[in-house]
Amino acid sequence: MTIMSYLGAIGAAQREAMEADERVVIIGEDVEANVYGTTGAGKSRKDKGDFLEMFGANRIRNTPISEEVIVGAAIGAAMTGLRPIVDLSYSSFLYMAMDQFVNQAAKNRYMFGGQASIPVVFRSAMFYGLNTGAHHSDRPYPMFMNVPGLKIIVPSNPYDAKGLLRTAVDSDDPVLTFEACMLWGSKGEVPEEEYKIPFGQANVARAGDDVTVVAISSAVPEALAAAETLAGEGVSVEVIDPRTLVPFDSEAVIRSVQRTGRLVIADPAHRTCSAAAEISAIVAEEAFESLRAPIMRVTTPDTQIPFSPALEKQLYPNRTKIEDAVRRVTGLMANTLNNELTSPAPRM
Amino acid sequence: MDLSSQDLLEMQRRMLRIRRFDERASKMVKRGQIPGTVHTSIGQEAQVVGACMALGDGDYMSGNHRSHGHPIGKGSPLGPLMAELVGKATGVCQGKGGSLHLADFAVGSLGESGIVGSSIPIATGAALSSKVLGNGKVSLAFFGDGAANQGCLYEAMNISGVWDLPVVFLCENNQYALSTPAHTVTSGVIADRAAGFGMPGVRVEDGQDVLAVFEAVTAAVERARRGKGPSLVEVVTYRFNEHSEGLRLGTDYRNAEEKAAWVERDPIVLFRQHLEREGIATAEELDALEAEVLAEVDEAVRFTDESPYPDPSVAFKDLYTEPIGATA
Ligand SMILES: Cc1ncc(C[n+]2csc(CCOP(=O)(O)OP(=O)(O)O)c2C)c(N)n1
Ligand SMILES: [Mg+2]
Repeated sequence: MTIMSYLGAIGAAQREAMEADERVVIIGEDVEANVYGTTGAGKSRKDKGDFLEMFGANRIRNTPISEEVIVGAAIGAAMTGLRPIVDLSYSSFLYMAMDQFVNQAAKNRYMFGGQASIPVVFRSAMFYGLNTGAHHSDRPYPMFMNVPGLKIIVPSNPYDAKGLLRTAVDSDDPVLTFEACMLWGSKGEVPEEEYKIPFGQANVARAGDDVTVVAISSAVPEALAAAETLAGEGVSVEVIDPRTLVPFDSEAVIRSVQRTGRLVIADPAHRTCSAAAEISAIVAEEAFESLRAPIMRVTTPDTQIPFSPALEKQLYPNRTKIEDAVRRVTGLMANTLNNELTSPAPRM
Repeated sequence: MDLSSQDLLEMQRRMLRIRRFDERASKMVKRGQIPGTVHTSIGQEAQVVGACMALGDGDYMSGNHRSHGHPIGKGSPLGPLMAELVGKATGVCQGKGGSLHLADFAVGSLGESGIVGSSIPIATGAALSSKVLGNGKVSLAFFGDGAANQGCLYEAMNISGVWDLPVVFLCENNQYALSTPAHTVTSGVIADRAAGFGMPGVRVEDGQDVLAVFEAVTAAVERARRGKGPSLVEVVTYRFNEHSEGLRLGTDYRNAEEKAAWVERDPIVLFRQHLEREGIATAEELDALEAEVLAEVDEAVRFTDESPYPDPSVAFKDLYTEPIGATA
């Protein structure tokens, strides 16, 4: 084991994948100079570990700012023998290539009756919570959950970031990985040897008996902190990190809710049609009899992301909001459905 | 050009295949035997076949909604194509693609696209594969004059220019995008746009001459194969039918005189005259060729008629390479 940051773990996974298979290439803006920190040593190139030095310009493809062709060409390359990892930097830029994601990546295998396989990974980072304003703060994974044919992963810690990315590169289907920039610096134990984490297997980040909290991406450490506080109040919280949203480990969530009878979902995406909305529906359909309280969602309200720190911070799921939601579903706090936590922001 | 008699006759055969296949498909749409509609390449056969035959068997191509000619031109057998148009289980895409989304990977056809312009980056990516893997394959993107105004074309031209990708951008300028005359929405000349990306841009003024198209595209393909990078080839041609079969527009957006002048220059008739004149084949031999192709189309329809529809469970197959998500 070694201690690694979330970002370091992504870099390590990319390096391993590049070393393991010649067909793996990295495509993206500013990957050559390692601007985003996952492609080696950058300026200190002479040091061991710079991707351009190690793998050459044939496999490290620094691109123009052309998201549509970056994504489309990666799909075409994946259909013809390469296994590209595409670095799209900010998740907000995925929209530039929406046609390629939805009409090509997701549909080509299906439309062509299985003739194509499309082993490509699209990495992007969600820069929310960092005062980057509305054009850089998106958490768009739910939009892509609505597109059958894409796999979607949301690692929340260094161990998962590395293990899931290795599996993503091995996948013969297009994978979108949404990395939380807020977690980039978070550190954790990561095995030095290679390992891969299968998709569709949730991680029980903390076991508990009274309430199930399903938390996504940066909401996971917040949920863990909330669980710690609540333990002091005598409430035992189980925190489940689904790790992958497509495929989604509904069994793990249902099993947990069958024991606890209560469900809170913490999801940094906008509320309407969020991952939380889908998970709520699954549990309502599959485990209704087990529920002893209404499901509560802690999401970002349906407003755009403002710049000012005074405005932005309050919007995302945090430990306080998760704690309050747990108190409500356990009856420790009055549970009115129309409270400021769960209702959509008034739109004016 | 060192084309053998056999090659020349193969060109005529493929043009005839497209013509007869599309004529039959058109009829079948009007009789309700093909669900939805199709876009024919009738009138554009020289442009399609001249380009396809400039490619090698292992080379890649992507295409658009005017979709049947491309795989046929690349050598795809007609039966599974026709079965796909009807939605049968034996279709080249198992009935999941239909006319708009034909693909036959066996002949390097990476797929036709219902979204105008959308398949251009795909061909570009196939060229990136060739470059990284060093396998010598060339890739060609077919798109229309309408698609020439989509931004992704210029992203693709730029990136393939800087990376010297072995790709040919093949603009099928049939002078209209649905009802819209190209000159009313196109600033400058499409082929001239290549200069802005530092690549050759060639305009084949007579796209009804299969040899002229073949020659221009061959030069682009050879250049790509030598590692010299991409080219843009614009071929001026004309579609004889309506934009799609069964479509009736209220306006006469193409004037009758213009249309008559182009129909007069039928690429298949012109090439037949050439073959006879040059002594490549006799009238009898060419008649026999036409009969053979007609029989092939009949056989494709028979194959289609005798094929079953896919099992409903197929709707849930091949979304991913492994089973996840929706089931019946
Ligand atoms: C992105 C997109 N916009 C519009 C359409 C509708 N549409 C289908 S074909 C077509 C005209 C295309 O013209 P062109 O590219 O010149 O091809 P042609 O039909 O002339 O062969 C249009 C507008 C579409 N399918 N996709
Ligand atoms: Mg056109």
